[in-house]
Amino acid sequence: MNIVVLMKQVPDTEAPVEIAESNVAIDTEDTKWAINPYDEFSLEEALLIKEAKGDSKVTLVTVGPDHVAEAIRVAYAMGVDEAIHINDEIDDEVYGAVDPHTTAAIIAAALKDVPFDLIIAGQRAVDDDSYLVPALVANKLNLPIISLVTKQETTDTEINCVQSIDGGTAVVKAALPALITTQKGINEPRYPNFRAIMKAKKKKVDERELEDIGLDPENFGINGAKVKIRSMEFPPERGQGKIIEGSSPAEKAKILVNLLKEEASVI
Amino acid sequence: MNFDLTKEQTMIRKEVRKFAQKEIAPIAGELDEKEEFSSELTRKMGEIGLFGMFVSEKYDGQGMDYISYIIAVEEIARIDGSQAATIAAGNSLGIGPLYYFGSEEQKQKYLPKLCSGEALWGFGLTEPTAGSDAGGSKTTAVRDGDDWVINGSKIFITNAACDMTLGVTVQAITGTRDNGKPEYTCFIVEKDTPGFKAVPMHKKMMWRASNTAELYFDNVRVPKENMLGNQGDGFHQMLKTLDGGRLSIGSMGLGGAQGAYDLALKYAKDRKQFGQSISKFQAIAFKLADCAMEIECARNLMYKACWLRNENRPFEKEAAMAKLYCSELMGRVANHAVQIHGGYGLMKEYNVERFYRDQKLLDIGEGTSEVQRIVISRHIGC
Repeated sequence: MNIVVLMKQVPDTEAPVEIAESNVAIDTEDTKWAINPYDEFSLEEALLIKEAKGDSKVTLVTVGPDHVAEAIRVAYAMGVDEAIHINDEIDDEVYGAVDPHTTAAIIAAALKDVPFDLIIAGQRAVDDDSYLVPALVANKLNLPIISLVTKQETTDTEINCVQSIDGGTAVVKAALPALITTQKGINEPRYPNFRAIMKAKKKKVDERELEDIGLDPENFGINGAKVKIRSMEFPPERGQGKIIEGSSPAEKAKILVNLLKEEASVI
Repeated sequence: MNFDLTKEQTMIRKEVRKFAQKEIAPIAGELDEKEEFSSELTRKMGEIGLFGMFVSEKYDGQGMDYISYIIAVEEIARIDGSQAATIAAGNSLGIGPLYYFGSEEQKQKYLPKLCSGEALWGFGLTEPTAGSDAGGSKTTAVRDGDDWVINGSKIFITNAACDMTLGVTVQAITGTRDNGKPEYTCFIVEKDTPGFKAVPMHKKMMWRASNTAELYFDNVRVPKENMLGNQGDGFHQMLKTLDGGRLSIGSMGLGGAQGAYDLALKYAKDRKQFGQSISKFQAIAFKLADCAMEIECARNLMYKACWLRNENRPFEKEAAMAKLYCSELMGRVANHAVQIHGGYGLMKEYNVERFYRDQKLLDIGEGTSEVQRIVISRHIGC
């Protein structure tokens, strides 16, 4: 079985984030990067399928600037067989994937000559939280998509998934080829073993530019974006907590309920 | 001159840090308090490759350089001294002597199990009457036909009495040298050998989640094939092993200092007194600045010593310096860290007290601070 994993490199969630002077992007000068945590689930799930089925190949597809190479090495160390990196950086400028639409168009084009039975992507990327790229890719490739998968079983012709939905789960199946997105809980991503880290050094990355996959850079970057960020700001700092005074627990509870109704308007 | 780590070394640091934060940090306090060695956690550490790091792939080692190993120990120690001890002793004292001095047959037999983290191995050197004075040791091995018969005891032996222990290397007196001094030879003793007993030691102040043992040898008979290297090699093997061991103990000091500093800096920024973060007060800020500076110095010294070793150049003096400096530095940093935490620093909930306790071993184990000063002073011609 040929499995493709879509991966995005995002700022490490544990590292502090600063807004750039342009006010429409984050300052990436000193950013620490990591694999999008949901894509780690996708990588793990692809590797689990490969290990269970044997005779399978896991191909990683990613779009991004030079520093994505670091995330690819980690994916190789985890056990990915091949990696395709669409590098959209020239002179420190990203000229390709700047919004969900341009990103999905690039990925779809890159997948034209990659054989696949199943595409696995994270349900969303934790940096811009658009939730859109996997669905747009499925749409462009005319594939069925099952999102927020917490469990799957794959045969040679179809995939059965447990999908998390509001307040419960649904059991959904689709014919292959298909695209699924992973939800937290589907697996525990492995740690790359040190020997695999050393071996990853020798693996080659198939690096391509937009022209190499038949795309005209003129239609990408800011020209191709359908979503433009106008400004960015940090969420407001959390205010001080409130300690409820009262003579008995019952009285305090009463005051709390009142405050939740009147002040917080949550009940 | 190039201070950059390789991409692989950077990845090792990142992955070990992630592992330590996710797998060790949540249970370190509890294991310490219960004085419990965790086989489950040790196996997990083995799975990612924390054992046999500098051992060739031929014996299922990870085939990495010495700096990568030291970085891994440092990152584990940044979270927990006990687990770092399991790793440092497992590699430098358990695996090291077998790898460097063992016969091909011995290596094939033991190293794959030790490098995968399925099993642990102890290095029996210290005796009740022989600490810094190695000449005070009393354990003997006497040739009897094709066997050697070992009698004596060892103390404070890490990884030697847990359910994962496969055996120990033991140093014994096998005769008298021409100069009248005792002749030492090392032997391999598997755990089920009749007459051999390994007893866990409890009520420790530090490294409470690491396994420490007393070893008893009562007419323990091993075949001559169990000799490590040649008869009389024991003293030289011990010195070589301890030179490497010093680097791993030093990196525990370095990582522990960094860990205590991390906790202190975070607490100082969060803790408010007199209407502002206490990190804004010079009394606190200067302590943290001194810690940051000294950790930087320690890291440079430690990595230089590892680099010398990697390049096969003499590194004994630098290893002694790095061990001494990093160990004592962790003492200063942990002391500041507890002080910055105030009353909370005395409570187990805040973890710094564990760093404060764990540090003390580093002044004593694998050559006391005093012995390191002797080594250094001899190297500078005193």
